Amino acid sequence: MTMEEKMGGSNREDEAMDRFPVGMRVLAVDDDPICLKVLGTLLLKCQYQVTTTNQAISALKMLRENRNRYDLVISDVNMPDMDGFKLLELVGLEMDLPVIMLSAHSDTKLVMKGITHGACDYLLKPVRIEELKNIWQHVVRRKKPDSKDRVNALNQDKASGGIGEAVQTSTSCSDQKFNKKRKDQNEDEEDDGEDNEHENDDPSTQKKPRVVWSVELHRKFVAAVNHLGLDKAVPKKILDLMNVEGLTRENVASHLQKYRLYLKRLSSVATQQANMVAALGGKDPSYLRMGSLDGFGDFRTLTGSGRLSSASLSSYQPSGMFGRLNSSAALNLRGISSGVIQQGHPQTLSNSINGRGKIQPVGLPANQNQNGTLFQGIPTSIELNQLSQNKSANHFGELNPVNNPNVFGVATNFPDARMTVGSSSSSLSTPSGSPLLLQANTQQAQHSGAIGNQSSLGVASLNQESFDMGVHGFSNFVDNGRCHENWQNTVQLSSFPSNSLSTCEAFSHEQLHTNNLQESISWRSSHLSDNPIDLSASMANAGLEDSRGDMQCQISPSNNVIHNIDYAAKQQWGENSSFAGADSLVSGAPYVQHLEAGKLAFNTKLRSNEDFLFEQRKPQNEFSQNNFETLDIISSSMIKPEQYNETGMMEGELGYDAFPLGSCI
Amino acid sequence: MWHGIDMCSLVYSFAFVPCACEHQGIVDDQFTQLRKLEDENSPHFVMEVASLFFEDCEKLINNMAIALEQKQGVDFKQIDECIHQLKGSSSSIGAMRVKNACIAFRSFSDGQNREGCLRCLQQLSHEYSLLKNKLQTLFRLEKQIVAAGGSIPRVH
Repeated sequence: MTMEEKMGGSNREDEAMDRFPVGMRVLAVDDDPICLKVLGTLLLKCQYQVTTTNQAISALKMLRENRNRYDLVISDVNMPDMDGFKLLELVGLEMDLPVIMLSAHSDTKLVMKGITHGACDYLLKPVRIEELKNIWQHVVRRKKPDSKDRVNALNQDKASGGIGEAVQTSTSCSDQKFNKKRKDQNEDEEDDGEDNEHENDDPSTQKKPRVVWSVELHRKFVAAVNHLGLDKAVPKKILDLMNVEGLTRENVASHLQKYRLYLKRLSSVATQQANMVAALGGKDPSYLRMGSLDGFGDFRTLTGSGRLSSASLSSYQPSGMFGRLNSSAALNLRGISSGVIQQGHPQTLSNSINGRGKIQPVGLPANQNQNGTLFQGIPTSIELNQLSQNKSANHFGELNPVNNPNVFGVATNFPDARMTVGSSSSSLSTPSGSPLLLQANTQQAQHSGAIGNQSSLGVASLNQESFDMGVHGFSNFVDNGRCHENWQNTVQLSSFPSNSLSTCEAFSHEQLHTNNLQESISWRSSHLSDNPIDLSASMANAGLEDSRGDMQCQISPSNNVIHNIDYAAKQQWGENSSFAGADSLVSGAPYVQHLEAGKLAFNTKLRSNEDFLFEQRKPQNEFSQNNFETLDIISSSMIKPEQYNETGMMEGELGYDAFPLGSCI
Repeated sequence: MWHGIDMCSLVYSFAFVPCACEHQGIVDDQFTQLRKLEDENSPHFVMEVASLFFEDCEKLINNMAIALEQKQGVDFKQIDECIHQLKGSSSSIGAMRVKNACIAFRSFSDGQNREGCLRCLQQLSHEYSLLKNKLQTLFRLEKQIVAAGGSIPRVH
């Protein structure tokens, strides 16, 4: 089920542009509903227009429907239906939108992967609003590169001797003229019927309609590049070969640049790429001739149709780059994660894989749990990343010695690889070629196991600390023995009802639920009601973060009990006089808590409580000034036990529930 | 009469609970940030997010428990995925101790240590219960305040 929401109104794009970055249109993608909600709300707070979806596939659909409806995409890395990196690549290539990655993992390798896939930023969860406030910069930055592309293309042309359109400077005027021209012509060309047409409203802006590289278009492009040879492919020639009307050299140039970057990135991890085709037992025989495109062509072809069209494949020529497995549509990536391919065994590999001619590196990320339609054969980057998450720098080095040509370290079967292959791991079906994989798996497992152990060692100790820290807080509360030096006896509580005493005693020795706190606080508060306002306010504010409130409570000894609770700082909750008070209480000693408001740690932010309490004071004042009468009432309510111990509180875990002891004064 | 006491104490407690929670590390600053996001337009934002989180967390804990019970072999990968998701959502809501429990859990899951995982799951479960308890108290207080005619003091 797709959960899509559009929030923030639907301003016209013009308005959005005028008030930029206010109203910037963001598409947020995250399968975790909590993160998505938080992210969406934060983005709204930044005054962006927000659309959220919990499925990458629907995100792609929305983007493809109208790329111009969005300015920026934020996507989680780990999603069950599609790998975030894949989405990132597709969006970058098809729509040329800036994409920001989000993850709960801060693994450097993952971040690197994000960047090499073209992410313009990589944020860690939990995302802070401060970070989100700056993301609009990526949109602005994106608008500039086209001019650079043209310059590059121009240079290339010159180099190759064909100065074609020449002198296309990056003035905005010519941009727009070009844009319009391209726009008009492209409409005819785009057989996908995609609409580039949204800039008519605003010709004076920098925003240009983009050519959407459809499957068809890209196929032609790749064919042309292959025909020319990657090194010799220049935009002009490619354009000529492609013979697409309305396509400008600039379009081609910019696409070529991206393509080159893409290939470069792939080649850098070629040694570690998995063979998913084998696993899938591919269906498309035309794969035989997969060329050097690393399946890039595949994914291009796939993005549109979700199928690998054999025609496109036939145009690929085998290159001798490296033994790579073609991640074809047939791969259908269902459950095929990336693995490791032995470099240098191209023939063997290809032969072993359904007679495929050539294999291409497939650095498929862990989340290969796609439904196959969109991501077949998408050679995304390295599962190296995943494996690296096992904190072994030489992970792949270890795998190399496995000389089995059928080695595909299939990540899906790494038991402890940090492959978040979606949550539906059950849907990962081992394809027919699995015998090949199994071997690798065991080997991988061994390696991974070792690594896993290592990492667990390292991490465990760290975590112990964090636990300790958490626990430490409790110790403060449990510190019954401490008697705060600020305790002063200003009011005699000699007539303190015994039942209250026992109640407090009961409180102190049991796990108190917060509700008890509430009740005990009610009791305490009642005594404040007759006090000057600032005392009430201070009470209300007490217990808030920050330290060192400075409020003096004036307490008239004549009527009320004064509660002196020292809230010097949050950290000093433990020194709380409440416990000391409780002790005295329990011991029956005449005991008074002196509220030194000066030590109240109250949050100035909550001053509003003062007002609130102001109003409330009236009814409070009405009722009894008599401590004891009130005490009785409250005590009885306190005694009415709603012992909320349903929580799985463990032994020794008092939480702050023990705290209310202080209120039993 | 009771009404008056109640309100003051309610407000007091309402302010007190998150502070104490943060002090104990049950929640961290992220939770405070979320509370800041509440306003007239989204007055129940924290409650809504927390409800989502409770649901999600319980489901994940359940799944992990089931996975760890499998006699034929524990699917540590699935466990790892659950942990990952829980880590993400707990950090997004500011549930620090739950998040830390996830981090610890992960190391055992990496090591495919079933016993360790079981212990971690128990710890995680405990932390979750604690958090849920506190937050539900907070929400209850909030409702009571509103029901009694008061207004919720906002965090700024």
